[in-house]
Amino acid sequence: MTHRNGTRQLDVQALARVEGEGALHVTITDGELTTVELNIYEPPRFFEAFLRGRSYTEPPDITARICGICPVAYQMSSCLAIEDACGVVVDGQLAALRHILYCGEWIESHVLHIYMLHAPDFLGYAGAIAMAQDHRGIVERGLRLKKLGNRLLEVIGGRAIHPINVRVGGFYRVPTVSELAELVPELEWARQAALDTVEWVAGFPMPDYEGDWDLLALAGEDHYPFMGSRIGSVSGRAQFSVPQFSAHVHEEHVAHSTALHGRLDTGEYAVGPLARYSLNQALLPPLARAAAADAGLRGECRNPFKSIIVRAVEVVAACEEALRLIGEYSPPSEPAVPVMPRSGVGHGASEAPRGLLYHRYEIDSEGIITSATIVPPTSQNQRAIEHDLAHVVEANLDLDDETLTARCEQTIRNYDPCISCSTHFLDLRVVRL
Amino acid sequence: MTAAVPKVAVWKFASCDGCQLSLLDCEDELLAVAGAVELAHFLEASSATVAGPYDLSIVEGSVSTASDIERIAHIREESNVLISIGACATAGGIQALRNFADVGEYVSVVYARPDYIETLSTSTPISDHVAVDYELRGCPVNKSQLLHVISSFLLGRRPRLPSSSVCVECKARGTTCVMVAHGTACLGPVTHAGCGAICPAFDRGCYGCYGPADTVSTTAFVQLLRSLPVSDRAIERVFRTFNANAPGFRDIPGSEHAAVGSPRATS
Repeated sequence: MTHRNGTRQLDVQALARVEGEGALHVTITDGELTTVELNIYEPPRFFEAFLRGRSYTEPPDITARICGICPVAYQMSSCLAIEDACGVVVDGQLAALRHILYCGEWIESHVLHIYMLHAPDFLGYAGAIAMAQDHRGIVERGLRLKKLGNRLLEVIGGRAIHPINVRVGGFYRVPTVSELAELVPELEWARQAALDTVEWVAGFPMPDYEGDWDLLALAGEDHYPFMGSRIGSVSGRAQFSVPQFSAHVHEEHVAHSTALHGRLDTGEYAVGPLARYSLNQALLPPLARAAAADAGLRGECRNPFKSIIVRAVEVVAACEEALRLIGEYSPPSEPAVPVMPRSGVGHGASEAPRGLLYHRYEIDSEGIITSATIVPPTSQNQRAIEHDLAHVVEANLDLDDETLTARCEQTIRNYDPCISCSTHFLDLRVVRL
Repeated sequence: MTAAVPKVAVWKFASCDGCQLSLLDCEDELLAVAGAVELAHFLEASSATVAGPYDLSIVEGSVSTASDIERIAHIREESNVLISIGACATAGGIQALRNFADVGEYVSVVYARPDYIETLSTSTPISDHVAVDYELRGCPVNKSQLLHVISSFLLGRRPRLPSSSVCVECKARGTTCVMVAHGTACLGPVTHAGCGAICPAFDRGCYGCYGPADTVSTTAFVQLLRSLPVSDRAIERVFRTFNANAPGFRDIPGSEHAAVGSPRATS
């Protein structure tokens, strides 16, 4: 139903298949888009406030609770930041174990999003359970892949949600060679299942839209980046080291919004799989790189709807990387590097499944945190989501209300928004366009 | 349950989503569960929703805004059985650290425009606001226990889960006691069972993410902790995490900072 005259209102009171709580309101007046409102009503939880006064050893456990879907991202960025403050570098097999753990989280989180949250949009289902009625074998493949990701988290981290084995400096206990070797047969199955996933999602009907914003991600050195020290942008305009993050990314408290928006000093930007891929596709392991090419991805990918393909490519990469690192694994002599507190500031960044996650801590000489800053990927992506929504609505005014609303929801889900990462993300109000 | 196919709803309040994710993490059982019930409201999994009343509501998260209070009252009215899952829903979660502080100061630390932020000065469990039929502990909950609780209620039975301490699970697992053998501070003796005693099996002391066990003496335990080389401030911090607001952890003997509204609050 299309209204050429009068007001047309599209409302989704509670967005489904996102992590956290949000609403969408679009107003079209006389055939023109007048407002897009992405309302996030996730209540604030004040992590940065109550981290003050805590010990420098606590952020991996505490900040994990920001997000049940990507706790490892919070654990890794916080460990890197505190180790930076204390002048410690964790490398060798301990870094490799962190990398395998992170692979588990990418697999678990990406497969959850691909199969259960996003694919139903492309195929016209309310969710994966409804989709299973027609595509049971495919949904079962997704569940088995997701389970493998969780299994990596359990073996190295102790449990899948809020792993207990991560500490500043490394781990409490490192796995034996045979504990990791037992994962190999299922990982080999998963690598093929991930390749099949790329082929599956590459066949989805892709709306034709390309974002024109800059894309920001860690710039890998030897490998596709999970944790790192350099940040780059696809335009080439932003190139800086992690400690320079807050000098280049400014958080703004915008009028009509209680959300803090991230803005690069060189302009608007987004983070996430498109940014990682576009900046680092040459560093993908061989099967993932070939799968990307077969799926029609080129050097740069700016269509946010195609993020589902990039996520699938990154699942292949995570399986390949985990297999490589397990093959090279020999248990380190100590489960952690000693980290002694000293007065200072530390910065850490890693690639959460949904994009760059930055932490900064100030600690005193006793190791007590005096200041904490956490910039989650979804708060950095809010502007891009609104921007995309406006374009998608304007390009599809001929669609009926139900179809257009569904397209808007799909547009939001392109970013796999994690609204529970609520430190900086709530109650975004009307955006006038 | 009276309905032929029970209607089940999943609700979220202030939380990290991890406990409802536990349901989606039941990869081997999910499709079977979905086939046995009508998942009438589960936004993380499906955009299709069905209006109440519901046979079973599963509630994640804590009450931390004025609208939360109205919403949970409405959910209670619509639900035959209501169970709360996870440390946020059963104890207030880590966001209940505001209960020991000035929430206005917290808002000013995080947000440039505090006047836009609507929040209560406390984060409280669901059972502080409505009657709850069962509370499943944990940060996060154990997915096997979650399945047990759901299937018990759907069969019209009370769940049967141990309310002992983590020590019992640790002994059953055959793990050497990290406190006795290594002098590692461990909350296992006072922490509710359910996780399977994971931390000591990884050479780490329990950090209490399942909250206080039903019948423990925190006072006696704190005396024991003081025999270790651990400062009083560190002892306080170890109780002030995901279940900080739970009775048993809330009032730590000798602590200067008691919860708002608790008998020890003097300032």
